[in-house]
Amino acid sequence: MTRTAGIFVLAGLLVGLGLALLVSPLASSAPDGLEKVAEEEGFAEAADPQLDAPRAGTAVARPVGVLVTFGVGLALFGTVRVVRARAAASSGSPVATPPASP
Amino acid sequence: MHVPDGFFNAATSVGAGMVSAGAIAASLRKAASELSDRLVPLAGLVGAFVFALQMLNFPVASGTSGHLIGGALAAVLVGPWIGCLCLAVVLLVQALLFADGGITAYGINVVLIAVVPSFVGWGAFRTARALLPASRAAVVTASGVAAFVSVPVAAALFAVLFAVGGSVDVGFGSVLAAMVGVHLLVGIGEALITGAVVSAVVATRPDLVRGARDLVPAPALRARAAGDVAGGVAGEVRA
Repeated sequence: MTRTAGIFVLAGLLVGLGLALLVSPLASSAPDGLEKVAEEEGFAEAADPQLDAPRAGTAVARPVGVLVTFGVGLALFGTVRVVRARAAASSGSPVATPPASP
Repeated sequence: MHVPDGFFNAATSVGAGMVSAGAIAASLRKAASELSDRLVPLAGLVGAFVFALQMLNFPVASGTSGHLIGGALAAVLVGPWIGCLCLAVVLLVQALLFADGGITAYGINVVLIAVVPSFVGWGAFRTARALLPASRAAVVTASGVAAFVSVPVAAALFAVLFAVGGSVDVGFGSVLAAMVGVHLLVGIGEALITGAVVSAVVATRPDLVRGARDLVPAPALRARAAGDVAGGVAGEVRA
């Protein structure tokens, strides 16, 4: 990764954390589209949560969620990348670079 | 639009789980051929950023809110396959740590919030780009169109699935009309947010936008790739 791409990712992560910390407390707490439709159409009571966790998350939990999502994504995509590189190495073919065309 | 536990019967939940498992497996295969070293942290960022944006509920009508789904946004930024995986990661963290979307409804939510918005969004994006001039402004416009289309399509599919395997017997027509009606409004917000984010990224790093790859001159892409190798990242051989 180039240094500027690294800066881009870092800056993007900081913006995401800023949104989670500073903007999400201002978010509407009204029911979302599906919740509203469930209320009006009479199937909201069918909701039966199997896990016990705070619904929208606390002020601390929200930025932590952003970082956890980043970490899980890095782990998943990093693993996919490493597995492919190993498969390519064992089959003797060079690691192909994705084509530049859209 | 996160579906909680209890909305769907077991058969439908399992069926959707199998469909989503297949979609994730196919996405992993395609992602393996598309992921470069520098795309790995970028894909992680897309997931984290969508997670943050999904928390920002905006009012859409009296007593109703909506929030970004982000499937179309992810597809434009990193392609539909990696984008679909980004959304599946977001949904997993939300279901396990935030009780946002049921754990038994994970398959349903992957279909409605990861698979459909990413691929419907990408299809709409490609269609819109084909009709528009080849410019950065067109990439932003096409992103907004894709985002707008993706939301009511997912909402309509919810209504279809609920008619097939919902745990409560309610009229299909009225659920469909209500879901599509409110999500047309949510789609406007989805379009504005998606357009704003794509606009910002296209303005700063167009080479990092999958849907704008054709607008970046090849020499610039090669220079970036050369920079990757010079930057000490091994394994990136470019002919």
